Amino acid sequence: MFDFLDGYDVLGAFWMTVKLTAVSAVGSLIWGTLLAAMRVSPVPLMRGFGTVYVNIVRNIPLTVIILFSSLGLADIFGMTMGSDDFDVQGFRLAVLGLVGYTAAFVCEAIRSGINTVPMGQAEAARAIGLSFTQTLTLVVLPQAFRSVIGPLANVLIALTKNTTVAAAIGVAEAAYLMKTMIENEAQTLLIGAVFAFGFVVLTLPTGLILGWLSKRLAVKR
Amino acid sequence: MTEVSVTKEDAVTSGDLVVLKSVNKHFGALHVLQDIDLTIARGEVVVVIGPSGSGKSTLCRTINRLETIDEGAITIDGKPLPQEGKALARLRADVGMVFQSFNLFAHKTVLENVMLGQIKVRKVDKAKAEEKARALLDRVGVGSQAEKYPAQLSGGQQQRVAIARALAMDPKVMLFDEPTSALDPEMINEVLEVMQQLARDGMTMIVVTHEMGFARSAANRVVFMADGRIVEEAAPDQFFSNPRSDRAKDFLSKILHH
Repeated sequence: MFDFLDGYDVLGAFWMTVKLTAVSAVGSLIWGTLLAAMRVSPVPLMRGFGTVYVNIVRNIPLTVIILFSSLGLADIFGMTMGSDDFDVQGFRLAVLGLVGYTAAFVCEAIRSGINTVPMGQAEAARAIGLSFTQTLTLVVLPQAFRSVIGPLANVLIALTKNTTVAAAIGVAEAAYLMKTMIENEAQTLLIGAVFAFGFVVLTLPTGLILGWLSKRLAVKR
Repeated sequence: MTEVSVTKEDAVTSGDLVVLKSVNKHFGALHVLQDIDLTIARGEVVVVIGPSGSGKSTLCRTINRLETIDEGAITIDGKPLPQEGKALARLRADVGMVFQSFNLFAHKTVLENVMLGQIKVRKVDKAKAEEKARALLDRVGVGSQAEKYPAQLSGGQQQRVAIARALAMDPKVMLFDEPTSALDPEMINEVLEVMQQLARDGMTMIVVTHEMGFARSAANRVVFMADGRIVEEAAPDQFFSNPRSDRAKDFLSKILHH
């Protein structure tokens, strides 16, 4: 029944999906946290940049952003992303687009987490002489993160599925292989089911594990 | 404890520590601090009382610049209060603050709460910070709770930890912003006892409170505020037995004898 899978590297394609997801997740967590820090900072220029960035980026379709990384940054401006290999270039451009896009959502999740931390926590931190950065990194963000693990799990699941857009610039991940297989084989429905199942296998544990973590790490007040 | 009893007058001899000069502050249309002049000497315990909305908490919070002021000048130990930045952080480390709602860091243990400032601000090494934190926690009577999280402690215990956290920075002056107002009645005394001990040890303290018993027994001076002004300043005995202003008489008649 599953003969049609012969000759295709389905696991390899999903491995590419995992790599895209993992690297982009780390990148967007870092960039998103920095953006959130900017949005709550006392410096108006940083606040302005954070606000403008988030409101522009989250309102552009991911396909447009990824295509812009490839066609704009790579083809027009000649950004090689530190490699001459086309596949490596494509991977890095996709990660760049995914990080830039996902970070906007991470930023907003963290910012809503910051709003759950009572004002008194930051006041107490400042009162013992901690700087703005120390107050944020030692007191406010650790509590904010714990309260938004649930929403961040949503972002991570969306990111996993969004990696399929990288197929548009030729990154050989799961959706790219699926398209090839549908063109070549007759069992369209089965192929669809196999790939759908593959994504559920990736995302379901993410949601369960992070949901458990979010309960475990919740800050008691 | 040593039996050397420092009389209140003796302690108040070595110069002014906190000076407020014609301080004004507005919250929108509300003139919340009006021409406040107040001088606190080293080792002095000043209790600020007054009806709610009189600006006493705001006054307390301007001294470490958690509230900014519109006009006037505040100096601490001869230095004017800095604007934002590193200098302000350094000053705040020298000014201990205890809040009405405790504000212990909820994600850190009691011990970590008392160690954090020492390590990150004073750059003390970890072992020394822990030693000092444990000594301070013992001093305020919560040494056995060191490994717990704030939410596992009673309000009175949390407030005593908050006092230890402030003391860990070796502050020159301690600000208390209604430290017992959020506590159940049976927990008020355990916090007041710690504060009284501090006062006896010669700590300079500015205390906003409704605890008249504490004002009588521990204060060198009572400052009575109403409607954003300092209406009356006097020694506690004189203030409670013989208030001069009508506003203070009215206030005292409402809170005493009932």
